[in-house]
Amino acid sequence: MARVVVNVPGQAKRGEVLEIRTLAAHAMETGFRRTQLGELIPRDIIRLLVCTYNGVEVFRAELHPAIAANPLIAFTTVATESGTLEFRWSGDNGYSATQSVQITVV
Amino acid sequence: MAANAQAQLDPNRAAQRKAAMEEAVRKVTGGAPLRRGRVKLDLPPLIDNGNAVPLSVSVDSPMTPADHVKAIHVFTERNPQPNVVNAYLGPRAGRARIETRARIADTQTVTAIAQLSDGSFWSDSVEVVVTLSACLEEGLI
Repeated sequence: MARVVVNVPGQAKRGEVLEIRTLAAHAMETGFRRTQLGELIPRDIIRLLVCTYNGVEVFRAELHPAIAANPLIAFTTVATESGTLEFRWSGDNGYSATQSVQITVV
Repeated sequence: MAANAQAQLDPNRAAQRKAAMEEAVRKVTGGAPLRRGRVKLDLPPLIDNGNAVPLSVSVDSPMTPADHVKAIHVFTERNPQPNVVNAYLGPRAGRARIETRARIADTQTVTAIAQLSDGSFWSDSVEVVVTLSACLEEGLI
């Protein structure tokens, strides 16, 4: 089960810059490690995080094996209108997770 | 572990990784010149544990539709792969700042590059010292 956490202020003034912090529970296996038998452990990472604000993409991040386990990505966006912030993670082995947050802009 | 330690010391390997990083940077910039300044890459200069190193990149930009940061890229010189993160933002970001946690494999230089809406590229590099490397726990698992 994909577990993700997003921290966004629920209410904001119009034009305010919102700080968004996202965290996904994921081992981010690099694909460079070996087992005791010397076999390479295949890569299994989250490759992409996309954030949309009322359907419009405001942020996108491509992740690589050099991102630590349980990837934390923090960024900002301007509060323009009330609505939904949707976050979508996708990665190797069909990994996919979504989370949406309602925000009220006054 | 021994093979890995050797790989870290092998001068050819180091040169290859440097070339890989330059190649990755070229892919992003398309050969455009990199200028120093405007970008601030923030990460601790001395790292105890390279497995989760907090790093942030902020760019001095008004973030208006006419003048904003389009993308922020982070590269390392001596990790197995040069790319760390490619973030794409726009004027709706309000502030040009991202934060994440990275794996740093070795004592090396970390570079952040910002692509601005006018097509220019700005960069900042930080040298870090790592005492416990990421990616070196081979043989322990």
